[in-house]
Formats: sequence, structure tokens, C-alpha cells
Amino acid sequence: MSRSQDNALILNAENLKQHYHVKQGIFKPDAVVKAVDGVSFTLEKGKTLAVVGESGCGKSTLGRMLTMIETPTQGQLAHLGQDLLTLSKDEQASLRQKIQIIFQNPYGSLNPRKKIGSILEEPLVINTKLSKGQRKEKALAMMAKVGLKEEHYERYPHMFSGGQRQRIAIARGLMLDPNVIVADEPVSALDVSVQAQVLNLMMDLQQEFGLSYVFISHDLSVVEHIADDVIVMYLGKVVEQGSRQQLFDNPKHPYTLALLSSTPQLSPDKRRQRIKLEGELPSPLNPPSGCAFHGRCSYANDRCRSETPVLNKAEEGHFIACHAVEENRLEPLAVGVA
Amino acid sequence: MSLLQLENLSVTFGNFRAVDNISYKLEEGEVLGIVGESGSGKSVSSLSVMGLIDFPGKVGANQLTFAGQDLQAMPEKQRRKLTGSDIAMIFQDPMTSLNPCFSVGYQIIEALKTHQGGSKKALKQRAIELLTQVGIPAPESRLNNYPHQLSGGMSQRVMIAMAIACNPRLLIADEPTTALDVTIQAQIIDLLIELQRKKKMGLVLITHDLALVAEVAHRVIVMYAGQIVESGPAAEVFRTPKHPYTQALLASLPESSSGKARLEALPGVVPGQYDRPQGCLLSPRCPYAQEQCHKVEPDNQGPLDRQVKCHTPLDSEGRPAA
Repeated sequence: MSRSQDNALILNAENLKQHYHVKQGIFKPDAVVKAVDGVSFTLEKGKTLAVVGESGCGKSTLGRMLTMIETPTQGQLAHLGQDLLTLSKDEQASLRQKIQIIFQNPYGSLNPRKKIGSILEEPLVINTKLSKGQRKEKALAMMAKVGLKEEHYERYPHMFSGGQRQRIAIARGLMLDPNVIVADEPVSALDVSVQAQVLNLMMDLQQEFGLSYVFISHDLSVVEHIADDVIVMYLGKVVEQGSRQQLFDNPKHPYTLALLSSTPQLSPDKRRQRIKLEGELPSPLNPPSGCAFHGRCSYANDRCRSETPVLNKAEEGHFIACHAVEENRLEPLAVGVA
Repeated sequence: MSLLQLENLSVTFGNFRAVDNISYKLEEGEVLGIVGESGSGKSVSSLSVMGLIDFPGKVGANQLTFAGQDLQAMPEKQRRKLTGSDIAMIFQDPMTSLNPCFSVGYQIIEALKTHQGGSKKALKQRAIELLTQVGIPAPESRLNNYPHQLSGGMSQRVMIAMAIACNPRLLIADEPTTALDVTIQAQIIDLLIELQRKKKMGLVLITHDLALVAEVAHRVIVMYAGQIVESGPAAEVFRTPKHPYTQALLASLPESSSGKARLEALPGVVPGQYDRPQGCLLSPRCPYAQEQCHKVEPDNQGPLDRQVKCHTPLDSEGRPAA
């Protein structure tokens, strides 16, 4: 892939895997849960990569690996060309500052016993040698940027609404001038009108600081709005990967199609023909053979049941892991049916 | 005669009015969507229909009738007979609404036993039938499962089975799919609508997902801070909203603005107990607010089937009337 010089590559992940061992009893061998199984992507400066999927598909585990909360079982992860996994502890600690995370639940991710001021200054206390006055100055400046007032500095988290708390969490993530923010379902606990405020704030901050986002979400309408590139995951594997236009205008994988058709649409002409998905997400402890999706897919044949599909390039930047797409067995779907 | 009729229903907790003089009607076989943000009183209003508001909450209404029977004047015993059989409810979080100490079979049979009775064998047979109806595979073996052995979607199906056990005429679904994944959400909504059509139930669908209501509801009620601000046929309300709040809600959805454009967010938050404004409750956040909006509470305007609570309702182009 060729890209121009000013689009600096911020994050580069290759074949990331996270496998957990689960004890099943004294005499049984450990089972392996492949929470994330081979995810590769590149993230440029100022861009947003969205990771979409249902619960249990490994999107949050991916976010935890990117922020180095967890070490991947396998794969490569590089930040600005520097390998993150072979570094010493000290070097890792200093690089962690550059990749920050915002969690889903703003009610659970702020310490209820600390004032907003000390929540925001904690990263500075740990990672910098700034004086007390300098820290406060920096915290107040950041609070103004995310739309909080100066008097909020002395308040506790319970005195804020959900939207304001998410602003605090965003401010905390930005205290160390990171390059990448991993946002794990940042707006799914919020009401629509507040969700719009927080999304606007995130887009504004992205422009101002040139941030790159890894935006983890299950809400496709939010993703369609904010993302540049999208990864669709199913049971730890990437099933489709591409730019926003490719994915939303020309979705290919049956699972992506099903996800899009299940999302309720306000305007009747945007509604897609409903693809009914039977059953539920299989257990990651005991994944189906072949394509993990074959039990719920209406195009599945014998090959899908036995052979695991690999990510294939359909066009520039658009990758799909599906036998049916490869063999051209899909029928086009109607859009705009009530 | 309407299936459910509310007139000036209010629910108060001490000095706080969680629901403020709402009135609506529901016909047999109709799907009514109630939308609003958290704290708008949509759940509390339906809990009061179920008779589930506990002390210190107080329910008051000029009229609260179900199929012609006055629910307020009725003795407690008689009302309990109605609740759970003729009026049933599905709650938001299926994982916490089921009792973890009992098998799902026991919990379904409990509802049947209370309201209909019958032999042990017949009850079990009926429970299996219900689980089949809600699309649970191998229902006989599922009867002995405990809630923790079921996934979220399965638990919600069990909740639905319990709710339809006594063939209710009115089903209230309070955010039935909020805790579920999109593909499972689609399954559950399809199931609910299919059951509603088959049994000709009245369905009250409470949700904050506007698009969901737009897809399935016949009529919609938009609530804000305990009041109904707009009501009407679903398609019409979403195509040409007359209340500034409905307009703002629709505009703040990501799908209404294309590309990476800024979303049109409504500034501020829903007023709570201590910051209820004077006059129109939306006036501090409303872009069209005028002097009288800050002083006088607007009345409901328009015909009965298309009401709007605003001094200056919006016209078909989305501009306020002069």
C-alpha cells in the first residue's frame, strides 16, 4: 500500500493474537480461548479506526492489547515504527503515555473518592516531574478544552451527569498528550442527545490535537459517522476490513450484511432487506470448525464447515474472509424495502 | 372502548413529579412506542399502569382504565389478578429480572399456577409450549436450566414466555432489547411483533432507540422530563416533527448528518428534581424559545391523534410558527 509522506503511520499491528488458557479440571487438559486470533491493521495520524462486533468477539481484548494492559500471545505491534513488545519495562512505561484508553462506563471508571482535579492530575504525578501549580494549570486548561467549568475542579464524580463524566474520562486520557486514544464503547451508556455532544467533542479534539482513534463500538450508525476505516470481528477473527465507504456502501461478508440489516433505520429508504440470523454467538471455548460463522450463515456449504477462510483482498484496502464471497455465491440484497 | 386509557396521570415521589399529567390511549392490537431519554418518566409511567409504584411514590389520575375497568377504584386483590395475566410486562435487563435461585421452568409455571391453576403435568406441558412459541430450541431440557445457564437473548425469550403465559391483552415492554446485541435485538423484536400480531395484543414499546420505534410502532409518544411533548402516527412524527425536542432528538442521531460533519447536539441535559425550569420545560435548551416559553407552560395543541405541547409548533419545513 502506498501512502503520502504526511500521513505518518502511528500504529501498526500485525497478526495480533491473544489466547487464554482455561482450566477445566485437574485431569482435563487446559482449553484455549482464542479471544483475538490474528488481527492486522495500520492506523494513520488523525484517522479513526473502528472495531465493530457483538459482545464476546474480542474487540475489547484488542483494545487492551493496544494499550499494553495485556501482552499479546503472538504478533507484532509497533508505535511510530518502534516495536512495543520487545521493549524493557521502563521504555514500555514511557510509551504507554502515548496510547491512552477511555472506558465504556463513565460511572465505573472514575474513582468516587477523588476530586476531579486529582483524577486529572494523577497521570501527571506518576509520569512527569511537574510542580503542583503547573499540574493544576494543565488540568484546568484541559477541563476548559473538554467543556468543563473551572469550579468543577473541586467536585466529586457523583456530582456529574453521565455525559460530563465521559468528558472527564476523555480529559484524563488526554493529560499526557497521547497520539492514540483507544475508546472502548465511549458513548454506548449515554442518551442520544448527550451522545451527539460527546461525539462532537471527540471529533473536535481529534482535529485540534491530530489524535488517532481506535473506536470500539457495536453501534453501526455511530461508526458510520466517525470512522475512516472499519474492522468487523466475529469470534476473535476479522471477517471484513476496509474503508468506511467500502464497508457501508459495498458490504460483502454475510455477517456484515446481517449486522447492517439488523440495525434499525429511521428512514424507510435506507432500510435493508432483513437477514434473519438464526442462533447466537457460539462459545469461544468450543468454536465451530471451518468458518466460525457457518452455523448462522445462509450461504454455508461443506467447504465453509471444514475449511477456515482467510482474509482475501477484494479490492484495494478491502479484505474479506469468506468462501462464499470468493466463489461468488452471494445474491445481491435490496436496500429500501420496508 | 380503548384497551388502555390514561388521563392526567401523575406519579410523584415526595415533591418530585416523575410523571407530570400525561394522557394517552391504546387500542387493541396497536403498537405504541414511548421514546425519551433517561429520566423522562417513560418507565415510571408504565410501572404505574402495572401498579408497581411503591411507597413513597404516589399515583394519581383522573382516569386510569383497562378495557373499561377502573384500575384505581378496583380492590387490591382484583387488581393483582389482572396484573400478570391480562396486563403483562417485560423488563429491560433479563439477567437480573429472573430469579437466579429457581429454574426457568419453575418461574414460568409459577405465573401460570397463580393465575390459571391446573395439574402439575398440564402446567409443565403449557410451559414447554410457551418456550417453543418464543423459539427456544429443545424446550424440555431448558425447563430445568437456571438463569445463569442462559445467554442474554435466551433469558429475554424466557421473560417473554412468562409475560405471554396467561395470554395478556396488554403487553408492556420496557427497553426489551437495550441489553442485547444488534442481531439478537432484531430476533427479539421480530418475535415480539409476531406474537403481538398473532394474539392481537396491545403492545407498549418503551425505548430510547428512535429508529427501532420508527420501524415497528403504529403510534409514538415522545416524552421529556415527565411530560408528553408530542404524540402521533409514528411515520408522521418522524417525518415532520412538530415539537423542537423531537426535531432535536432526530437531528442528533448520527445517521441524520452525513460524513464526518458535526452532529447537531442539543445543548444541556434533561432537567432533574432540583432544576426544573419555569414555563416550558425545554425552554432553556430550545433554540426557538421566546419570552412566553420561559414563563407560561404550553398546552397541548392540535387534533387528538397528533398533539404537540409547544407554544410555537414547527411547520412542515421544521420552522416554528410565527
